Amino acid sequence: MRADLDIVAGLVGRDQRVLDLGCGDGALLQTLIENQGCRGLGVENDVDKFHACIDRGVPVTHGDLEEELTRTETDSFDWSVLSLTLQAVKHPDRVLEEMQRVAARQIVSLPNFGYWKLRKDLVVHGRMPVTPLLPYEWFDTPNIHLCTLADFEALTTQSGMRIDSRILVDADGHRVTGLATRAANLLAPGAVYSLSG
Amino acid sequence: MPDGVGLVETQRVVVFGGDHPLTLDSGAVIKEVEVAYETYGELNSERSNAVFICHALSGDAHAAGINPGDDPNRPGWWDNLIGPGRPLDTNRFHVICANVLGGCKGTTGPSSNDPDKGKPYGLRFPQIQVRDLVNVHRALLTKLGISRLLAAVGGSLGGMQALQWSIDHPGEIDGALIVAASARLSAQNIAFSAVAREAIMRDPDFNDGDYYGTGSRPDRGLALARMIGHITYLSEESMREKFGRRIQDAEVPRYGFDVDFQVESYLYYQGQSFVERFDANSYLYLGRVMDYFDPFADPIRVREQLARGNTGFLVLSFDSDWRFSTSHARDMAAELRTAGAPVTFREISSPHGHDSFLFPTPDYHQTVTGYIDRLAASAGGIAPRR
Repeated sequence: MRADLDIVAGLVGRDQRVLDLGCGDGALLQTLIENQGCRGLGVENDVDKFHACIDRGVPVTHGDLEEELTRTETDSFDWSVLSLTLQAVKHPDRVLEEMQRVAARQIVSLPNFGYWKLRKDLVVHGRMPVTPLLPYEWFDTPNIHLCTLADFEALTTQSGMRIDSRILVDADGHRVTGLATRAANLLAPGAVYSLSG
Repeated sequence: MPDGVGLVETQRVVVFGGDHPLTLDSGAVIKEVEVAYETYGELNSERSNAVFICHALSGDAHAAGINPGDDPNRPGWWDNLIGPGRPLDTNRFHVICANVLGGCKGTTGPSSNDPDKGKPYGLRFPQIQVRDLVNVHRALLTKLGISRLLAAVGGSLGGMQALQWSIDHPGEIDGALIVAASARLSAQNIAFSAVAREAIMRDPDFNDGDYYGTGSRPDRGLALARMIGHITYLSEESMREKFGRRIQDAEVPRYGFDVDFQVESYLYYQGQSFVERFDANSYLYLGRVMDYFDPFADPIRVREQLARGNTGFLVLSFDSDWRFSTSHARDMAAELRTAGAPVTFREISSPHGHDSFLFPTPDYHQTVTGYIDRLAASAGGIAPRR
């Protein structure tokens, strides 16, 4: 499983009801269900990944996560999770609001568009960055709402969310430590946020 | 497609009778119940590979293969799903399909002999519910020595049976595959059902249901009911593609009240062929079974029941189905999830309306295959798909 998903699993804890939006192949939910006694539901739009969830025994709805969110009952989960997907949704602000409506606590992980290597690509080379966390060319990418950690944090404030914890991660999703908190927006490739609304 | 299950014969067994009558959920009693069923594939030594097929309103036990004397090109009604190498792979699964209680294809129903009267029940047959249909299936399984199902699979009324079974008998079913079904008929569904029922009961030959042996049957009413039903089974798109506004056997309209458009001819044929193979009273009873179906009427009980087992659910709908549209399936999935059950849901794109569950659409079969294979992998004692 991706290292950042291990971090998410650690944040969620045991016996929780978890909605994983854009759950991919269901690896996180499988861990939560099998090892942590959680009850999980995934939402996945890619039909191959949807079937990968079935193979793992993970309950999943095939469909667009923004549409599925609006159909999800209020307070029907303990956690709503959005892993490396915020940048690909049509309305990030509405998604954050809906994530608060369906679950008391939220986890959002995202690549940091303010990371210095990306800034360098843009400023020095004058090219849109392509990195392990953002591997797509600008003309063929699902990522339509890229933001920096500072941008995201501003949006959470605007959405009335509290940041309970922020874990900075490298390009492989491993926790990075020792970075000055104030310099994270420049030095961290990505972050996992635990929020409550 | 590889060859199917080949030649199969419908079996019959008495599952209730003598000192052991069937007591319905309503409290009414049916003294003797015989069940017609077919099986395909072998039961494994662990008895872990049994898959029960629940059929829809006009279905029967003959789900796959060829019955003796039948046209080899006209196999059972779900033959594309059941057979060696097919989604319900009979090299790996022991598949059972039985005609439902109240039906007319070998299982006891209103056309069966009422032992008290010495003649067919007709409308003296008691009102039945989905859970009564399920209890008769379970009695058959007891006769066959099967206490646990890898899966219960059904479309439409068949899906309703799989759902009720999972709720009423936790621990008996590993996975319920519910296709093109509903947990609660809409007012529009019930309205169509009412018109179909009226068509039958107002037929002058209906004779209060006592038409058996009189030489006349309410064929006109039953045909009309089937025509109405068939309109709801197809989609506007599939009708347009199949028939458009084309004229039957002619280039120009004949301008009259006789059958002229191809779609009229098709519906007329559907109605006429249906009366040859179906009993009007069974149509009334099973239609009413669907109207009254409401398994989530007591959500607290449903939650308690589901918590006692660990049945997984696959709920599938079709985008062109307007009889049980995707909103029915989404509601069912949501109610199951609220009750704590693990539910996988997918809407499949298919042009065939409600009938889509009978077609071998690749997306549909892929999801059924993936789901049943996961159940098989968890159950143990079942070889992987080759």
